[in-house]
Amino acid sequence: MLDLIQVSKSYIEPNGKRLPILNIPRYHVGTGEQVVLMGRSGSGKTTLLHIIAGISQPDRGNVNVAGVNIAALPEAQRDRFRADHIGYVFQTFNLLPGFSALENVMLGMAFAGGAVDRSRAINLLERVGLGDRLTHKPSQLSVGEQQRVSVARALANRPRLLLADEPTANVDPSNQQHIVDLIRQTCEEERVALILVTHTPEVASQFARVDRLEEINQL
Amino acid sequence: MSLFKIAWRSIQQRALSSWLTALSMALGVALVVTVLVIMNTVEETFTRNAQGFDLIVGAKGGALQLVLNTVYHLSTPVENVPYDFYLQFKRGTSEQMIEAAGMLGGGAGYALLPRQPRGRFASAVDVAIPYCLGDSYQDFRVVGTEPSLFEIDYAPGQYYQFAEGRNFKTENFFEAVIGSRVARETGLKLGDKFNSTHGIGPEGHVHKDTSFEVVGILEPTGTPNDRAVFVNIEGFYLLDGHAFDPSIRETGNLTQPGLENELSSFVPQGGHASPQALPIDKREVTAILIRTDPHNPIAAISLNKYINKNPTAQAVAPTRIIFQLFENIVGNLRSLLLLLTCLIVVVAGIGIMVSIYNSMSDRRRDIAVMRALGARRSTVMTVILLESIGLSLGGGLAGFILGHAAIGVLSGLMVEYTGVYLGFFSFVRWEALLLPGLVVLSTLAGYLPAMSAYKTDVSRSLQANP
Repeated sequence: MLDLIQVSKSYIEPNGKRLPILNIPRYHVGTGEQVVLMGRSGSGKTTLLHIIAGISQPDRGNVNVAGVNIAALPEAQRDRFRADHIGYVFQTFNLLPGFSALENVMLGMAFAGGAVDRSRAINLLERVGLGDRLTHKPSQLSVGEQQRVSVARALANRPRLLLADEPTANVDPSNQQHIVDLIRQTCEEERVALILVTHTPEVASQFARVDRLEEINQL
Repeated sequence: MSLFKIAWRSIQQRALSSWLTALSMALGVALVVTVLVIMNTVEETFTRNAQGFDLIVGAKGGALQLVLNTVYHLSTPVENVPYDFYLQFKRGTSEQMIEAAGMLGGGAGYALLPRQPRGRFASAVDVAIPYCLGDSYQDFRVVGTEPSLFEIDYAPGQYYQFAEGRNFKTENFFEAVIGSRVARETGLKLGDKFNSTHGIGPEGHVHKDTSFEVVGILEPTGTPNDRAVFVNIEGFYLLDGHAFDPSIRETGNLTQPGLENELSSFVPQGGHASPQALPIDKREVTAILIRTDPHNPIAAISLNKYINKNPTAQAVAPTRIIFQLFENIVGNLRSLLLLLTCLIVVVAGIGIMVSIYNSMSDRRRDIAVMRALGARRSTVMTVILLESIGLSLGGGLAGFILGHAAIGVLSGLMVEYTGVYLGFFSFVRWEALLLPGLVVLSTLAGYLPAMSAYKTDVSRSLQANP
């Protein structure tokens, strides 16, 4: 499902010097596989997820998702590929405040190639336990509910790969396990590969495969 | 979910700011609509009213003043021309004219009209109507004229209708017909008698000895004649101070050779209950309203030049004079007003740009989220442009309605001061340009914030603290 080959990324510092962030010779995640990615703060986890999602471009290397090297695609095609094949759950949920829960889920569909499937959006929200919150705005939802909407939105376009960037970091402990269970269960049901970034050992311990960025990043 | 809905949600999200910017656009568009409709309707009405007659003949002097006096009942009266000059435009011989007027054997002064040959200009003329001006009743002009004025159409296919009563008769010297607005504002009714004032304005003296009886009230025509009082020209001549002293006439070359001798033999005689008509050599007219003969176009074209060779009389085409008025004077004022109001709309457009642009820092994360969900750069740019266009068109539509409502409210004042009828549903074709104009303006206004959205660094915006 995911193959990174000789991927490197660096940033230009204010003083003009190049600051290397990532240098990953090879990294692979299989179809439907669920992986936890851990690493210290500032090690480049979010940058790696952005590169896998096609939000950022690597300096060099191949980013193969479902057999397509998205690093070689023009930006517009990369955007469309992301909408069609990659789901993203943010640490801070990033729901659009002016839209209802249902509209936030449908918004993800609006940018993909297919038609907006309202019934699927409702079904997803029912599966995450928010069937009675369809018309609620994010400000009318609890933090845990917002993250569940975020999960439903990420799965709206039946992605092949779900990237979850510390999805439980802003959720109270009582909801953390529920969010993790929700993500894992829906990914299993939809045969979606999962890369979940977390700092929480309790979360990581539930996964069969735990990767440490320091080990795959050859800087 | 369409991009329109995404843009609409964004507008709703910033409701107060959106409402205020749309309001500023509404006010700007309302001003443009008001100026456009009022100025164009006034121009169209003036031009349409000027189309009733091909030529206005009067004394040498200000052409505009002559047209304003006769067609619009505005401005101060001009000098007069001799009555016999008016007769040069009449088609028949004096006998035929008398017969046409039904005066044979009537015994009134018309029976003593000179045996005049066919008028010199008659072959080029279809209709010639004399106007005698200089009197007023309350705030309205009094026009001494002939009943034939109301027997022809005042605009193509539109004829005078009497709401009450009838036309005045030639033989009844002191009958009058009043316009609809005169009736409404003075309270004059059928059978009422009134005394006109010599001169325009309150300083004139009232013709106390002679009064006119209202025998007809016109239906509204939407022309300046709604605010005029029409009296029998024969009665007008008999009012105190309206007879001209022939000894001081400087006729120049106005009359044709031999006519002077005929005129000098004119002696008014009685024999009828009506008063005696004023002798022709004591008569003058302020203006002659001419419709040229459509069957004799060559002569009609040369008529204007022919009359203007005369040292004391002039012929002007009212449509040309009004066109020049609007082109050279009113047109410039209109352009200036339009420019100012358009500037207000442009400022409103800049307001929309500033409002959206200022919101961009707050919305950068939302834009980044949309991009992360798969929206292209061009998509988020389109959303911002749609937002700008939506605010402009929403405000513009409100302004359109507001402007027409203002026109409806101002219609009473417009009628009072210009005689031009306006209402909520008065539209001008230039308003159709508002829609594409607003789309272009709002696209330009939205371009800067849209480009800002276009250039949003998704990765950096997502990693920034919310």
